[in-house]
Amino acid sequence: MTGQRKGALALLTLAVVLALSRNFLPAGLMRPPEWLVWPFADWLNAAFSFCQNDLGLMAVTRFAASGIEFLLDVTGNLFYGKNRWPHLGPLPWTTFAITAGCVAYVLAGRRLALFSAGTFVWIAVMGQWEWAMQTLSVILIAAPITFVIGLGLGILAWRARWVERLLNPLLNIAQSLPQFAYMIPVVVFVGVGPKAGAITTIVFALPPMIRMTVLGLKKVPENVVESGLMSGASRWQMLVRVRLPTARNEILVGVNQVIMQCLAMVVLTSFIGMPGLGQKLLQLMQSLKIGLSFEIGVTIVLIAVTLDRISRAWAVQQPRHFERGTPWHQRNQVFVTWAGLMLLAFALASLNPWFSQIERSEALSVAKPIDAGVDILIRLIDPVSQWLRWFLITWVLIPFRDGLLWLPFTTVLCLLMSLGYSVGGPRSALVCLGFFGLIAMTGWWDRAMITVYTVIVSVTLAALMGFPLGIWGARSSTRAARVLLVCDTLQTFPSFIYLIPVIMLFGVNDVAVVGAVILFAAVPLVRYTIEGLRGVSAELVEAAAMSGADRRQLLWNVQLPMALPTIMVGVNQSAMFSLFMVIIAAFIGTQDLGQEMQRALSTTDVGKGLVLGLAVAFMGLMVDHLVTCWSETRTRSLGLDASKRV
Amino acid sequence: MTDATVISCRNVWKLYGPRPKPFLAALTPAASFQDIQKAGYIAAVRDVSLDIAKGEMLVVMGLSGSGKSTLVRCLSRLIDLTGGTVTVDGEDIAKMDERTLIDLRRRKMGMVFQSFGLLPHRTVLDNVAFPLEMRGQDRHDRRARALEVIELVGLKGREDYFPRELSGGQQQRVGIARSLAIEPDIWFLDEPFSALDPLIRREMQDEFLRLKRMLGKTSVFITHDFDEALRLADRIAIMKDGAIQQCDTPDQIVLNPATPYVAKFTEEIEKSRVIRARAMALPGAGEGQALAADATLHALARQIASDPRALIPVAETDGRLLGLLNRAAALDILFGATA
Repeated sequence: MTGQRKGALALLTLAVVLALSRNFLPAGLMRPPEWLVWPFADWLNAAFSFCQNDLGLMAVTRFAASGIEFLLDVTGNLFYGKNRWPHLGPLPWTTFAITAGCVAYVLAGRRLALFSAGTFVWIAVMGQWEWAMQTLSVILIAAPITFVIGLGLGILAWRARWVERLLNPLLNIAQSLPQFAYMIPVVVFVGVGPKAGAITTIVFALPPMIRMTVLGLKKVPENVVESGLMSGASRWQMLVRVRLPTARNEILVGVNQVIMQCLAMVVLTSFIGMPGLGQKLLQLMQSLKIGLSFEIGVTIVLIAVTLDRISRAWAVQQPRHFERGTPWHQRNQVFVTWAGLMLLAFALASLNPWFSQIERSEALSVAKPIDAGVDILIRLIDPVSQWLRWFLITWVLIPFRDGLLWLPFTTVLCLLMSLGYSVGGPRSALVCLGFFGLIAMTGWWDRAMITVYTVIVSVTLAALMGFPLGIWGARSSTRAARVLLVCDTLQTFPSFIYLIPVIMLFGVNDVAVVGAVILFAAVPLVRYTIEGLRGVSAELVEAAAMSGADRRQLLWNVQLPMALPTIMVGVNQSAMFSLFMVIIAAFIGTQDLGQEMQRALSTTDVGKGLVLGLAVAFMGLMVDHLVTCWSETRTRSLGLDASKRV
Repeated sequence: MTDATVISCRNVWKLYGPRPKPFLAALTPAASFQDIQKAGYIAAVRDVSLDIAKGEMLVVMGLSGSGKSTLVRCLSRLIDLTGGTVTVDGEDIAKMDERTLIDLRRRKMGMVFQSFGLLPHRTVLDNVAFPLEMRGQDRHDRRARALEVIELVGLKGREDYFPRELSGGQQQRVGIARSLAIEPDIWFLDEPFSALDPLIRREMQDEFLRLKRMLGKTSVFITHDFDEALRLADRIAIMKDGAIQQCDTPDQIVLNPATPYVAKFTEEIEKSRVIRARAMALPGAGEGQALAADATLHALARQIASDPRALIPVAETDGRLLGLLNRAAALDILFGATA
């Protein structure tokens, strides 16, 4: 322990010395010297062009894409009447509302049924049918494909150690790569449009499915496995009839995550020409049409909540039985109702076209009152937001950014190594050096520092808001449940949504970006603070209370220390979320890695895009490493380690 | 090994550690559990030799960590042995390939698990029919057979329930029904009643005795409850640190504990309820009113106390004389006097 502290202190001193003597430092210690900056992007480009042209991988990917395109055409035709085979669509919007309502009813009861049906009514009535269906038709194709591939890879990883060892680091990187990094290679290999959107979505949504499959299969209770074996099941029977069905819940949680990731990504793929809600939202936000973008935002949120709740209800659904001799129509009551309502819907649609398609001219809109309302609101809070903007920019953002850019890169590296050393000893110090050293070697140091500054400022501000809110929320179990429900719901929103309110209030600038990131990053902090505090064992709290601790003492001496490992998980997620958000927010004008990535996207520069993406991923991975390492040490020293056998 | 021996294990070892096989080969016979532990290995099963006869009910008793569950998994080859052999009907199961082993389990073995091991997504009927499904029996047959065993364990009318809709006792009945579905010759029960609360446990034990009398299967029953062992067993094997301390009939274990460890278990036991007149019969011949050989001393208490003879004859139910019972010794046991 003391050795660890000494090492950390030595590195810290070195960092300070480097910073103080910056005026005398050779240029090579100020910014990465030329020999240190390697042309990774060129290498990657060469590798990609080799795959693309010499290996003929292009033909393969285009072939696969054409298969997906065919499927997309089918759903496109059915959902919004795209002029393709089978030339049946578009189906009346009422059929969607009825189907969604019935599915939700079976899985979760009346309330969700009304909500789900209501979502589709809202979409239709607000005249957003075509956009929403463009988005949903891609999800309907992408999610099942992701499911099948993810399940397959998950099973492989569970079966063979080496596959898991190979996949694990890949999944780690994949889950910390910003979304844009996925898009560029897809654009190169597949082109733009719905099929590119679908493929990006599939790739992006794959990791959680693989993870959950492996987790589920590993969690199958030993006695279930043994009972299967003793029943004489062969390997195949074990997998298909024992393990996979028993892992059903985890696998379906994976499906839930896949659907939510798909939605988040589909909205973002508007950047590579995917039509739908995302594209509309992007256009409207860029032209600052607040009311209309708000409407679309609501639609996306409604879809997100519907999809999330339905798939989650499916995941936790338990089988039920009917009494002997229940007649068929009673066993399948909902199905019969559904079929009846569908007939009714088609009949209505043939009588009055309003029940089939609602033209945009017939649609309602709440954009005008919202615009007016927002105008009033902005005028009201303008002094405050003006001052806040001025204060943040002049006193927080710019000084901090300039300070970070002022530091020699060697100082930053030493600081990080010192941090690593104090958390996990020499190994962690090297890990930190490795990740940020690589970032230095990409040649994007200054841009990276701007990203770092945005993330640090945002997470700090988010923590200042999130921790108190979490502590407040954890006071009583009913309040905790309520706040957690809000957090859950907020977390289902695609990141894009968070930009709408901040642009409304602050306009297009740095403060809006920071604001969006804060909102996005505060949610996991609140959530895990509550979970951590509520997770402290009741006995411990009672023991402290009986020792005469008052509320404050209880919080500081018992609850917070015990909850800290869980809270740190929140901090970790929060940092990850902010990284993603900073990159996405690039399109409203930042000077960080995100902006460069947008440039790479528009010039389809694969190498540059991937290098930038990896730079962001490395930041995330470093934070993850430090937090995990710290958390593990802490958990072990608290004796909370449940996985350790006695 | 006689003709009637169904399962026979010889010098069975199960070691956990980095390289168990070479370690076992180099192990001196005198090495104790602690010696092995010091070397970084855990001896879950240590040099166990047992024969289980056809129709016999062997109870393996031991506290948690004594290796009893591991032993039964060695017998069913849910885990591989480190050393020794286990033969079932004369065939060495360690040498079986996967196909043969699966076939053996499909035809001959049934097992009941402590935490039931039911498949949560299947109804009672489908759970019970599962082993039949595995061996590819057709739908109609397996339904008929499953209904039959479900009735046998007293769950008729619950065929369409899912495991989570049943109580613990009912779930274990499903587990028992499933293990009986294929009409196994050998029945393994791994602490089947430990997860149940005491009243239900008692009821399940009675139920189990009924089934056992009815089916007469060769059974290996694992428990950590000495009373349960005494109630159910033909023979009891008491395990500690992976080795068998004593393997004998309940009477003999109570009358003549082989080690101090075994004696500690028997101390608290009301011996008169365990020991039967048969076990106390000394060679000799006598006349007059005889004691029933299969009755416990407790059941015979009034008769023994009121009979003035110092040596009372003991006879089988068919009247054949077994020997003589020392009245004073019997009274000592009845009144709990320590010798």
